[in-house]
Amino acid sequence: MKGSRAIIQSLTDQGVDVVFGYPGGVLLPLYDEIYDSDLRHILVRHEQCAAHAADGYARASGKVGVCIGTSGPGATNLITGIATAYMDSSPVVALAGQVASHLIGNDAFQEVDTLGITMPITKHSYQPMDPAEIPPMIKSAFYIASTGRPGPVVLDLPKDVQEAELEYPQNIIIDLPGYKPTKKGHPLQVKRAADVIFKAKKPVILAGGGVILSASSEEIFKLSELLGAPVTTTLMGKGCFPEDNSLSLGMLGMHGRKVSNFLVDDCDCLIAVGCRFSDRTTGDVSKFASKAKIIHIDVDPAEIGKNVPVDVPIVGDAKIILAHLIRVISQMEGTQKKNWTQHVKEFRKSCIPRLSFNDVPLKPQQVIKEISEAVTDDTILTTDVGQNQMWMAHYFTSRNPRKFISSGGLGTMGFGFPAAMGAKVALPEEDVVAVCGDGGFLMVCQDLATIKEYDIPVVVCVLDNRYLGMVAQWQKLFYEERISHTKLGEVPDFVKLAEAFGVNAYRVEKPGEMKETLREALKSGEPGLIDVIIDPDEILPMVPPGCGLTEIVGEYKIERDVPGEIPYQPSAAEEGGD
Amino acid sequence: MTNERSHIISAVVLHRPGVLQRVAGLFTRRGFNIDAITVGPSEKEGIARMTIISRGDEKVLEQITKQLNKLIEVIKVRDLDPPSTVLRELCLIKTHAPHEKARSEIIQYANIFRGRIIDVSPDNLTIEITGAPDKIDALIDLLRSFGIQEIARTGPTAITRGAKTI
Repeated sequence: MKGSRAIIQSLTDQGVDVVFGYPGGVLLPLYDEIYDSDLRHILVRHEQCAAHAADGYARASGKVGVCIGTSGPGATNLITGIATAYMDSSPVVALAGQVASHLIGNDAFQEVDTLGITMPITKHSYQPMDPAEIPPMIKSAFYIASTGRPGPVVLDLPKDVQEAELEYPQNIIIDLPGYKPTKKGHPLQVKRAADVIFKAKKPVILAGGGVILSASSEEIFKLSELLGAPVTTTLMGKGCFPEDNSLSLGMLGMHGRKVSNFLVDDCDCLIAVGCRFSDRTTGDVSKFASKAKIIHIDVDPAEIGKNVPVDVPIVGDAKIILAHLIRVISQMEGTQKKNWTQHVKEFRKSCIPRLSFNDVPLKPQQVIKEISEAVTDDTILTTDVGQNQMWMAHYFTSRNPRKFISSGGLGTMGFGFPAAMGAKVALPEEDVVAVCGDGGFLMVCQDLATIKEYDIPVVVCVLDNRYLGMVAQWQKLFYEERISHTKLGEVPDFVKLAEAFGVNAYRVEKPGEMKETLREALKSGEPGLIDVIIDPDEILPMVPPGCGLTEIVGEYKIERDVPGEIPYQPSAAEEGGD
Repeated sequence: MTNERSHIISAVVLHRPGVLQRVAGLFTRRGFNIDAITVGPSEKEGIARMTIISRGDEKVLEQITKQLNKLIEVIKVRDLDPPSTVLRELCLIKTHAPHEKARSEIIQYANIFRGRIIDVSPDNLTIEITGAPDKIDALIDLLRSFGIQEIARTGPTAITRGAKTI
């Protein structure tokens, strides 16, 4: 069979049924095979969206997402998506076309060194120079992408190799002597961790994206119950622990919840699982959890001690290690930290962020509150990057893993919408809502064509404040309000834009409208866009860069009458410094 | 934690195109220092051994070895303990030797350092010397007064002493 046929066969062998791609000259052999195959191909309108959609597909389903781009500009357009997947450990396999092997290195038309460019942003990469290498390389690519600490793998496919003949093997043998991810944690380390936890009076569990990737939400819940310990999460961990639980602290970090930041500062034992202590999570490292013994559970040994010194490292699969740890702790008497649990619950209740506002233009808190009311626990929410993302992370209550999808490490504007598209393709039965800013959405708005043509009924909520809000927020706080190039101006009219693509469009301007409109849009079963006009002056309290987590600036508005409604108050009275 | 010193890292890698680029790229991207790197086939078919000389404290070294280990084509990585390691470098030195006196002096120096003269022309001598880098440095210093024209050094390669292998 031909190399191109072997690519399709190998993908099918790996259980792939859908790919997101964009054809081109050197991919003609592959696309000619796709023409006859059962593989579902979704033609995006920009390769970057193919990569983000594959990533969204992977994050929503836990399966490997696949994207395709041609050589040269097709491959470079995939780069942002590949880097996004790399930073957030998402299993993506990216197929890139390459010029014929005899032309490689000649600066041929649409030639770029895809392997060289992607080396620092992939878990691994392959370039078959012989068609017989295709089946084992694709099998290895999927194995590497989806095991250990997941990540993207690139396959660079020269045109002539796609056209050459091979005999497709019955048994595909892969040999990766340098790749053996650790699964079980070292029993001595687990025992040491249990001893530290036993002695602690004020433990906090910090759950990162690794908890979701290893499907250990249940173990985190059990550990929390066993100890009476609160759970905070990183952005990537959001959803792994039900945020309406009285022991949930919400997100930690620069834009974290007050209760999270203060309790991590106060705790004497931090049980960190599947997180990498990013600068956005820790703030000033020297002040981070400075009174605590830190236990760090991670599948990637290189994350241990990279950013924060740890007392008890345990390398391996979080699910296996947590189950082991729970077994060991269960045999110890008196692990409940009752005084601490009580303190946590009271403190948590005292600083629940205020969500209800009657203001026009809308406060983002009110918008997110109404989004929460319009969706169910099964709805998948994606966010873009910037204020929209941090508002969602801070104010939206997530209850289930893989239902909150966001670009954490790379902070990629333009991620939310195509990721939602990928999530919807992965789980067509679930409602999928993308919450974007106007800046980020405009970077990828051409893919409204894709959701219309393929009838992928996601609903995009554009939080429209006509600013690159997060950067403008920093300019307001740290650059003397010198608003340099973050004001976006009057165009476009997002309703007309959506209508030009034949996508249902709505505009929301007053309290109460968001909930109704989103419900209606979801109920329609068609792609939709909601233009939400929000207050451009609203900022989210934050920890300035280089500060400790308790040094929050900006007024942290608190829900005074939990859980009742807040009566209307003029917003001017609410403004002000810290 | 400023106990920065030179480390000898030995890595067993798959002998494939691109592996050197992956290793070198990793050092650049992570901001690790790299003083020298050598690579060549090992005792096993398809497997190469790489010797990397790098400076850093314990924390940096831990990151270097862990990050190297993450590369799919890297099979094993060890930070070799200098006292139980044999370290050798090959160096070729082309020097001016315009008259008989200079020539015989150079040959004497080469002999003392267990070097060999491997090429002679009317005005030049080329010396081959193997040894630890500081021995090579010493010979180079001695030869400077004659006018060194070219130096080609391989960078050190290393192996553990005794029966132990990595």
